Amino acid sequence: MSGGVQVRERRLPQGPDWTFELIDEYEREIRKTAAEFGLDTYPNQIEVITSEQMLDAYASVGLPIGYPHWSFGKEFIRNEQAYRKGAQGLAYEIVINSNPCIAYLMEENSMMMQALVVAHASYGHNSFFKGNYLFKQWTAADAILDYLVFARRYVMECEERHGIGAVEEILDSCHALMGYGVDRYRRPQPLSAREEEARMAERNDYIQRQFNDLWRTVPSPGSTRGGGSTRSVFPAEPEENILYFIEKHSPKLAPWQRELVRIVRKVSQYFYPQGLTKVMNEGWATFWHYTLLNRMYDKGQLEDGFMIEFLQVHTNVVTQRGFDERGYGGINPYALGFAMMRDIRRICEAPTDEDRHWFPDIAGGDWLKVLDFAMRNFKDESFIAQYLSPKLIREFRLFTVADHESKSYLEIDSIHNEEGYRRVRRLLAEHYNRDVSMPDIQVVRYERDSDRSLVLRHLIHRNRPLVSTDATEVLKHLARLWGFTVRLESIDADGKLDHYRECAA
Amino acid sequence: MAGSVHLIDRRLNGGNKSATNRQRFIRRYKEQLKRAVGDMVDKRSITDIEGGGEVNLPSRDISEPSFRHGPGGNRETVHPGNREFSPGDTIQRPQGGGGGGGSSEAGEGESTDSFVFTLSREEFLNIFFDDLELPHLVRNYLGAVQQKKMVRAGYVVEGSPTNLSVPRTMKSSLGRRVALSAPIRRELEAAMAALAEARARPADAAEVARLEAEVAEIEARLRRVPFLDDLDLRYRHRVSLPQPVARAVMFCLMDVSASMDERKKDVAKRFFTLLYLFLSRKYEKVEIVFVRHTDNAEEVDEDTFFHDPKSGGTVVLSALELMHEIQAERFPAGQWNIYAAQASDGDAFGSDAGKSARFLGEKIVPVCRYFAYVEIPDGPDARQSSLWVEYDTLSAIARNFAMRRVCERDEIYPVFHELFKKETA
Repeated sequence: MSGGVQVRERRLPQGPDWTFELIDEYEREIRKTAAEFGLDTYPNQIEVITSEQMLDAYASVGLPIGYPHWSFGKEFIRNEQAYRKGAQGLAYEIVINSNPCIAYLMEENSMMMQALVVAHASYGHNSFFKGNYLFKQWTAADAILDYLVFARRYVMECEERHGIGAVEEILDSCHALMGYGVDRYRRPQPLSAREEEARMAERNDYIQRQFNDLWRTVPSPGSTRGGGSTRSVFPAEPEENILYFIEKHSPKLAPWQRELVRIVRKVSQYFYPQGLTKVMNEGWATFWHYTLLNRMYDKGQLEDGFMIEFLQVHTNVVTQRGFDERGYGGINPYALGFAMMRDIRRICEAPTDEDRHWFPDIAGGDWLKVLDFAMRNFKDESFIAQYLSPKLIREFRLFTVADHESKSYLEIDSIHNEEGYRRVRRLLAEHYNRDVSMPDIQVVRYERDSDRSLVLRHLIHRNRPLVSTDATEVLKHLARLWGFTVRLESIDADGKLDHYRECAA
Repeated sequence: MAGSVHLIDRRLNGGNKSATNRQRFIRRYKEQLKRAVGDMVDKRSITDIEGGGEVNLPSRDISEPSFRHGPGGNRETVHPGNREFSPGDTIQRPQGGGGGGGSSEAGEGESTDSFVFTLSREEFLNIFFDDLELPHLVRNYLGAVQQKKMVRAGYVVEGSPTNLSVPRTMKSSLGRRVALSAPIRRELEAAMAALAEARARPADAAEVARLEAEVAEIEARLRRVPFLDDLDLRYRHRVSLPQPVARAVMFCLMDVSASMDERKKDVAKRFFTLLYLFLSRKYEKVEIVFVRHTDNAEEVDEDTFFHDPKSGGTVVLSALELMHEIQAERFPAGQWNIYAAQASDGDAFGSDAGKSARFLGEKIVPVCRYFAYVEIPDGPDARQSSLWVEYDTLSAIARNFAMRRVCERDEIYPVFHELFKKETA
């Protein structure tokens, strides 16, 4: 290797067709380049699959091993149809948040695409999975594959023992409540027997030390009350993880049914961080495939032809259509995420006065450190609220539309101007807030002493109603799991009962 | 330099991981699918059907409900690409969808009104023929057929060396060795103990020598227990079971005389196609024999059968005789399930109709699983043909003979349905 200022590396072999040796060689070079930027990843495992296998992977929501259920078949059929008709291309890649991190490459891809996918998935997504706080907190990358194998086997054993129909019923019902099967906060670890003992001993000790016989002579107000009336409402606090509550407290479920509820809940929890970090995750991966491949081009490893093909694909991925253009499907997470990552780098490297005013703490900083910090500690909602710059709002020409039921028309709320920046940013961040987009429904009472019914409370947010037909259907599913009557109270902002639904088991 | 990445070729693992889930989906929505398939059949030509088909399902029937927000209430949405709007501008609320602004809802991608998907040929036929059954399908009748299959039937102590079961043999060898050597080992232990004791208390040399000899003798006995004995040998046993044959032959008989025009041939063809599809679903192997006739009959290939023009008079009997000949020669009734379908416009002259009906009743119907006669008259109100009248007497006696009149293409499927509908038990 020459010792010049611009290190020129050996040019990698070019050509449209890939071989395993070539992928290996490209991967090695990409790995070296990623190491220059200090990307921290799980070990990589790359698997080459056919387009049909890719459709299979789609159907099981990207999981390599899924339990059998008709809804995956429906998903498969839907994708296959769209793919055959040409309405939808296949994703170039699927990547599994596991350790080692598994990335699927499609055999139809050209060598350029394989390299792009390796950079995107095996280094971009992979480092995000390893670094982001939500993934760290909620997904055990080491254990997920084993768990899925267990889940699949368990479901199939249940089918053998109790019949496909019985298992399907439970799974259907769980799927209807899947969105309400996640914990947003860690539950306290249950105490071990020894900890419990220690705590008890400490308490006794304390009581011993504080003992004063005189207190016995003071009449206490509680002593006149009957013992039964102290029984309080159960659960003491509302429970937002409905599937968890069912798993733990459903009066009628058999143990195997409980385990099925648990499996669905675990899978739901596994996907929880992915739903919260769509923009960041894709933005991060896109930013890194762009940065890594450009770096390799600068080092002389890649040819112009490769880059042109790459840029064309890359541009397609990060295209943002305007609201009035054909094929507009909302904000493209790849486009927004990539733009924001690039923008953060720009703010660090070449800040303007505006940037210094808006982002005093990062303007002019070390972009690698700033980006790394952002990747580790944010989710879409907070990431946008923190880092969306006025420059990007202008570039995307973002505007907000207010849709209020009291008015017969829609109103433009704010646009990309000095007065609007903060509000646009806040509303866009809100758009990615799962707590707002999902109706707030929690378990508030389990009538253990009367008819064993389960009472859910829906807190109506900004007067937005539930889709009524769906809510009725979901209640039927819930009643099936619960085994007794379930009730859903919709409470409006003033605390008044707005709507009441009930479903007997 | 770290080692190379873990690179795996999964392409050979085979796809179709979703096949089970696809089956489940179809099972779940069978009723809806049946309706859709029924609609489809009305519209399509039969020859297309074999390829499977595209089915529409209303999406509400297959929905997966969840708690979600509906239209109404207050919300703000963010969109890119503003050109002319200023704060405070008002826009007409879009009709239909209550939410979003401008064209946002329209851009959600493909419409969700219905769920379209393609059934494979296999799936299609299963649904298509689901409520149909071959009449008088007597499987055990086929038991007489001279086809045998070897099946495993446990183990025996005698057999040919190729059938030797090593695991079983070793198992019994092990058991025998344990059983035979146990008492010897016990003796050996006792002798060894005695020897050790004798050596410990300084005994006379003669006693020690005697004890040593005893130990040696017992050890030799232990060695004489053979590792493998003739008694141990086990052989896999196979017996032959008669297998019912799942093969069928289908005779297509058609009148191609001048009076059979293209329309009638088309109707006939559809009927034959349906029958073929149906049989090929029930039997592993289906042979087809095409026999066409004018005033004499000949066996032809499919293309000639349907498309080659030929004209002449009509002698139905000739076709029946030829069929009988072919059947007797190539498809003995004991080994084949014989089906026949005859299509004609019913024209028959003189004594032909009567003779044909008699021949059919005496020679052909008894060997057939099912004989279907389809008459394609000139129009719905054409008078009954002479052949129809003669055949009619036959249908009263023979259970495996059926006849129907079909005028138009779209009557084919209902008639077919009627001929093969599941008998209520």
